Amino acid sequence: MLRIVVCVKAVPDPKEAGRIRIDPVSRALVRADLPLVLNPLDKNAMEAALELKEQFDAHLSVLSMGPPPAESVVTECLALGADQGYLLSDRALAGADAYATAYTLAKGIEKIGPADLVLCGRASSDGSTEWVGPELATLLDIPIVTMVKEIVECTGEWWKVKASLDNGYRVVRVKLPAVLTVTRELNIPRTLSFSGIIQARRKQITQWGIDDLDVPEEAVGLKGSPTIVSEMTTRESKRDVEMISGTREEMAERLIQELADAGFLSSS
Amino acid sequence: MIDFSFSEEQEMLKQASREFAESKITPKVPEMEETGKVSDDIVKALGEAEMMALTIPEEYGGLGLGYTARLIALEEIARVSVATAMMLQVFALGIEPIILFGTEEQKEKYLPGLATGDRLATVAVTEPGGGSDPGSCRTSYYRDGDDYVISGRKCFITNSHIADTLTVLAKDGESDDPRALATFIVEGGMAGFRPTHEEHKVGMRGCNTGELVFEECRVPKENLLGQDGKGMRVAMSAIGMVGRGGMVGCALGLHTACLEASLKFASERILYGKPISVLQTIQNKLAEMKIELDAGRLLGYRAASMQDQGMRADNEFAVAKHFTTEAAQKAAKMAVDIHGGYGCMDEFAVTRYYRDAAVLGPSAGTSDIMKVIVARWILKPYRK
Repeated sequence: MLRIVVCVKAVPDPKEAGRIRIDPVSRALVRADLPLVLNPLDKNAMEAALELKEQFDAHLSVLSMGPPPAESVVTECLALGADQGYLLSDRALAGADAYATAYTLAKGIEKIGPADLVLCGRASSDGSTEWVGPELATLLDIPIVTMVKEIVECTGEWWKVKASLDNGYRVVRVKLPAVLTVTRELNIPRTLSFSGIIQARRKQITQWGIDDLDVPEEAVGLKGSPTIVSEMTTRESKRDVEMISGTREEMAERLIQELADAGFLSSS
Repeated sequence: MIDFSFSEEQEMLKQASREFAESKITPKVPEMEETGKVSDDIVKALGEAEMMALTIPEEYGGLGLGYTARLIALEEIARVSVATAMMLQVFALGIEPIILFGTEEQKEKYLPGLATGDRLATVAVTEPGGGSDPGSCRTSYYRDGDDYVISGRKCFITNSHIADTLTVLAKDGESDDPRALATFIVEGGMAGFRPTHEEHKVGMRGCNTGELVFEECRVPKENLLGQDGKGMRVAMSAIGMVGRGGMVGCALGLHTACLEASLKFASERILYGKPISVLQTIQNKLAEMKIELDAGRLLGYRAASMQDQGMRADNEFAVAKHFTTEAAQKAAKMAVDIHGGYGCMDEFAVTRYYRDAAVLGPSAGTSDIMKVIVARWILKPYRK
């Protein structure tokens, strides 16, 4: 049986991104009072896992670290078709950077039991470091392919995947167990179904704190985070509006010129 | 303490309904507006998304999620297409009498197909003489051996030309008692039954409404729903709660769409160098829309919650139906007003909202009839 773990994160609803503030003292993102949703790229990771589950005899666990309200995204994954949910939640885990998050998730995966495949979204929509997947693979001491946009072959212990590059892609063969971080090109995530929501009633979410994971408090959360955020600022977003006048042809020519000058069109 | 929040499961149902509505229905709205025809793709998608199965018990292939869940789903669908929500609400209206009064054989025969969308339902009560006074029903039936024979005409029937499982109210032609009514399951293709004229409504384009004709339509006695002579109870029990409740869902969804479109437009439309949302006159409209939407939701979900608990809620639904459909019509007018000249242009959805709102009022009983029902309810203890 293929054992898959999908790591997911509850993030503030990207539609409400304008309401996220930065704490001037701690320089952390203030996410309180914002509705939490499943990180968009984690939906692609879930979809990949669900497609593999449909193809193979597979057991799909979903793992998240977060405060108690994050349980809602684990439940959502159960409704999408995951078999078992795990939420790592403890006050001591608060303030974790990417490394401390990866460390905690790695401990969670070790406690769940051996996994053949760990899937993560390429990045979260709030922190967006793209570090958790690679750090998780390092801590688990297994190979990783980042930016996976297609699973080409998935039989046996050597899988073949296509991974995005800035100007193309590379084809990689990777030996399981492995971590894959996925891009949105990989698939179109399915939406919740009423039947799935009903089936989720019968599925369990296990909640573990640091005692269950047997990790020292100094190794997790803010205390276990080596990252020091020296500065965090809000980027000003401003739109310049210029009205173009003239005949249709003149306006079209001017528009094309403006777009070319701004680098949106290639000169050829 | 009363808890006014949705459960985690209900939040997921809302999310699932919204994702379905936005991904499967929204792209089809322009086509429905253009042609005025039912989209086969949407009917198929509604079946695949188990939208028809919501209120059908699990033992008959449904989901058994109940009426609060149904209201949540309808609200989300009406937010993008009231026409689709209306079609769906009437599917449930046609299904409900079979759930409530069907024999075991009838339930096993019809409900699984209705749950998957392989069968499509409607209820046929309204006649040219009116719909709110079923006692004046002129469509008649008589018993002939093992069959009932139905003759008459029904009008303004939603899903008239797509439904193949119809709950039809008729009067005992051999009785002088106006309450001697019976309800029958008529199947599409039965000899003597045919849909005829299709209406062209001011709004809800893409939801089929039309006329049905029964000419000596022979229905086997196994298709009698409930008892012969007790048909009023069968028809009204469905209309009073599922019919009115469905219209509440349509109204709340439309109202939400009006408010969302108005908030967006008012925040982007610049006048005197500032968005019009800073003008108090616009703020008044937006606030009024929000206040009435919240009040309508409380009324609607109160009634649906009562229905889920097995309580009688037809009067509470009459209150909610009156309030929400009136409020949605007001909201649509305000949304058009906020949009100014753009509110008259088809490119802006508010024109559709305004036309759709006009159909909310008379459907499942006018606002005046709702007041008659409410007044009858509250005066009951004082009747001598």
